[in-house]
Amino acid sequence: MTTDITRLSASELAASLADGTVSSVEATQAHLDRIAEVDGDLNAFLHVSAEEALATAADVDARRSAGDELGPLAGVPIAIKDVVVTKGLPTTAGSKILEGWIPPYDATLVERIKAAGLPILGKTNMDEFAMGSSTEHSAYGNTRNPWDLDRIPGGSGGGSAAAVAAFEAPLAIGTDTGGSIRQPGAVTGTVGAKPTYGGVSRYGLIAMASSLDQAGPVTRTVLDAALLHELIGGHDPRDSTSIPEALPRLADAARLGAAGDLKGLRVGVVKELSGEGYQEGVSARFAESLDTLRALGAEVVEVSCPHFTYALDAYYLIMPAEASSNLAKFDGMRFGLRVQPSEGPVTAERVMAATRGTGFGDEVKRRVILGTYALSAGYYDAYYGSAQKVRTLVQRDFAAAFDQADVLVSPTAPTTAFKFGEKLDDPLAMYLNDVATIPANLAGVPGVSVPNGLSDDGLPVGFQILAPAKADDRMYRVGAALEASLEKTWGGPLLAQAPELKTTELTR
Amino acid sequence: MTAVPTTDLVAYDDAVRRYDPVLGIEVHVELGTRTKMFCAAEVEFGAEPNTQTTPVSLGLPGALPVVNGTAVEYAIRIGLALNCQIAESCRFARKNYFYPDVPKNFQTSQYDEPIAYDGWIDVELEDGETFRVEIERAHMEEDAGKNTHVGGTAGRIHGAEYSLVDYNRAGIPLVEIVTRPIEGAGERAPEVARAYVQTLRDIFRALDVSEARMERGNVRADVNVSLRTGPEAPLGTRTETKNVNSFRSVERTVRHEISRQAAVLDAGDTVVQETRHWHEDTGVTTPGRVKSDAEDYRYFPEPDLVPVAPSRDWVEEIRAGLPEMPAARRRRLQGDWGYADAEMRDVVNAGALDLIEATVAGGTTPAGARKWWMGELARRAKQADVPLESMAVTPAQIAELEQLIAGGKINDKLARQVLDGVLAGEGDPAAVVQSRGLEVVSDDGALLTAIDEALAAQPDVVAKVRGGNQGPVGAIIGAVMKATKGQADAKRVRELVLERIGQ
Repeated sequence: MTTDITRLSASELAASLADGTVSSVEATQAHLDRIAEVDGDLNAFLHVSAEEALATAADVDARRSAGDELGPLAGVPIAIKDVVVTKGLPTTAGSKILEGWIPPYDATLVERIKAAGLPILGKTNMDEFAMGSSTEHSAYGNTRNPWDLDRIPGGSGGGSAAAVAAFEAPLAIGTDTGGSIRQPGAVTGTVGAKPTYGGVSRYGLIAMASSLDQAGPVTRTVLDAALLHELIGGHDPRDSTSIPEALPRLADAARLGAAGDLKGLRVGVVKELSGEGYQEGVSARFAESLDTLRALGAEVVEVSCPHFTYALDAYYLIMPAEASSNLAKFDGMRFGLRVQPSEGPVTAERVMAATRGTGFGDEVKRRVILGTYALSAGYYDAYYGSAQKVRTLVQRDFAAAFDQADVLVSPTAPTTAFKFGEKLDDPLAMYLNDVATIPANLAGVPGVSVPNGLSDDGLPVGFQILAPAKADDRMYRVGAALEASLEKTWGGPLLAQAPELKTTELTR
Repeated sequence: MTAVPTTDLVAYDDAVRRYDPVLGIEVHVELGTRTKMFCAAEVEFGAEPNTQTTPVSLGLPGALPVVNGTAVEYAIRIGLALNCQIAESCRFARKNYFYPDVPKNFQTSQYDEPIAYDGWIDVELEDGETFRVEIERAHMEEDAGKNTHVGGTAGRIHGAEYSLVDYNRAGIPLVEIVTRPIEGAGERAPEVARAYVQTLRDIFRALDVSEARMERGNVRADVNVSLRTGPEAPLGTRTETKNVNSFRSVERTVRHEISRQAAVLDAGDTVVQETRHWHEDTGVTTPGRVKSDAEDYRYFPEPDLVPVAPSRDWVEEIRAGLPEMPAARRRRLQGDWGYADAEMRDVVNAGALDLIEATVAGGTTPAGARKWWMGELARRAKQADVPLESMAVTPAQIAELEQLIAGGKINDKLARQVLDGVLAGEGDPAAVVQSRGLEVVSDDGALLTAIDEALAAQPDVVAKVRGGNQGPVGAIIGAVMKATKGQADAKRVRELVLERIGQ
């Protein structure tokens, strides 16, 4: 066979599986081989579940030859961010405090992935409890950016983005609380979509901030993202915040967009998400992409969302407040790490303190302390209360903007991938990386990051498309249109321009 | 501030003469739903530890709560029965604190938005007087697990070697009912407190929202007491005695706290705002944690749940379906049965109302039913030191017993033997009559044999009777009754004896 299976997009691979040119076992093995070859350098995976993946693949192959009706992505392997619980597979959320914990149940989205016959390759690295924008806060080491191994792959879902960018997996699951799917997508040249809040069940996601968390697809093409979104999305009675209505037709929207006609579509450029603080190459690619959309027939208008300026501040009160409560359960009493106090009496309270003191990393402690403070008696109104008011204002800004435009656009992240350690000692600089992605989480609206070129530093840049709540189809349509047009200019996918990774010889 | 020893109490009568007690009572009731408040774990009393759990009630990473609709309905029923307003929309909140029996280290409760608020309930005291208690709110929350401390003294955490946690109870739905300050009860405060908790218990049962068994902890009361110098004086500092779990203890707790606080105030000291624990054995309260160090619970709206918004139609449907409330039912039954006020009060206080109602429904006269439950059965219950309702006999069985008497199958004396059999688990009365051979001997043939033997054995008596003196005939009847082990109908025996002697 001439084509490397791992270079195929998920939908291409699905087509090959359907017509019998490739088996799921072959496809799964090819990706496992690729992981073995390159992951020593990348560290995208915390756990590789080769046996289980191959067993699923063999089962799907058998069902296919038996003539069973299979879903569109059956047999296509997938990687799952380690913040999603997987029955029988270690789940750490990137934290020492969960080292060795094997969940006794599956997240709803994992149940759906298993039911659809996608072999699970393993669990991907992340910032501890999804707190970070660089994956440097993982307790299990950095994940490197396949474009430049000295640089961060984004975060918190750096493992999923790097795995997909490095052809270790055609599909991955991410979670996005303030940009953890989209920003890694931008800095690794991959597609990352955050669905409407409530569009994908949160049952089985280890919560950081319940009102902001949302799981979504990490892929190499917009169509793949739409297909995976359709697979994992839709109502789940086990998540009270799950949307009861059916999802819009997402893959159809992506196919429609790829046909290239955006006539009549109004694209709103958010004034507040550009200019100062945005790297020159990022702004340049953004401007060019707007031209591309105009060329496809879209009308580009400028919209103002004045309260977005306060979004970051509100986010850094709401998120830690919820996280401080969500992370209280990690106390060494029922699961995971348990640490006895080094001296003095062994009481439950002291074991909890010792466990949390040892098990949590600095960024987690920082946010737990911040959130505990923000919720304290006497401070609640000033901090959490005010932040919720800002949240309402951000939602109103979105509502007004969507009166003027069908979708809103911005650069996904202000800069390309930075070097390891560059922002580690400056939390505020690190937090600023999420300035363009956070408003969508505060308002619960969907957003996708699509690769739109390389900056002058030769690193990938992302273009963010935001749609109104429950209109996720719009972002796939526009994203696919942009992707198709840009790939024509580039003569292929952006990732084809990524440097070849050094591979280690297989000892298999 | 000096500590006042618990033995240093002001006599109760003296205390309430000089101080005006104000109460506040928080009652927790465990709802009798099939599953827990936020997950599908089954709820069953006495199951093996940690078998009634799900990832949700164990607080495992990733698990999410879903509100139990039946629990909401039960909470609304309680709210309506307590004459409360029902919120059009209300939220759950997280009450954050670290404790091993709280699996998530926060309790999902309602904070500033209870499902029911602004109600009242009239409680009847033992002498028939009523007292109105105002309800501030009734809110929904989840129960915690249960800690067992091993190796210390009397199961206390202090000095224990290790502790075990059972999460079966964690997540069981609770409704907490909070009164406004109960003022004006004066010397009857302990009685009002008791009657209030008892009234709630009766309402929970009538509403069928809980088994409401105090001894199982289905209903628990936190009793707040403070004293002031008079009805116009500002409220004094309160203490909160936690988890008082019998009616009698509620009454005794209030009484004790009034005497204790009066002693503190008399000594010129101030009452410490604190939680206290009631000790059934010694009849005193002792301090728990001091409230002024109260934890900051960092309440905030539960982001994993959407607001509960019961539609007005649903609320009205629930209101229309409410059963008769206990007070109304008592009035109706007293009228139907023709009991005197004092008789009715005794029946209610003995917990015999349901039993008598069911017995009457089985065909027994109200007087007959009362005679059994307030007489023979009350006596036996007292002897065995168990509540009347725990006796191993059902109202249907008592009704059956009465029918056997009325039908002449057994007499009163035999009936007590039949009851022995029923209580011993030998089956229903008719079966016991059969198996123990207790039926009245109504076969004349069998009786005549015994009579002839008795006549032959006492010729002198026969002669006297024949001589016109019927007095000594009792000796013959006695002998026959003895020979038939009391199973003969004495009246019939007399007739046959006289016939035989030829009188």
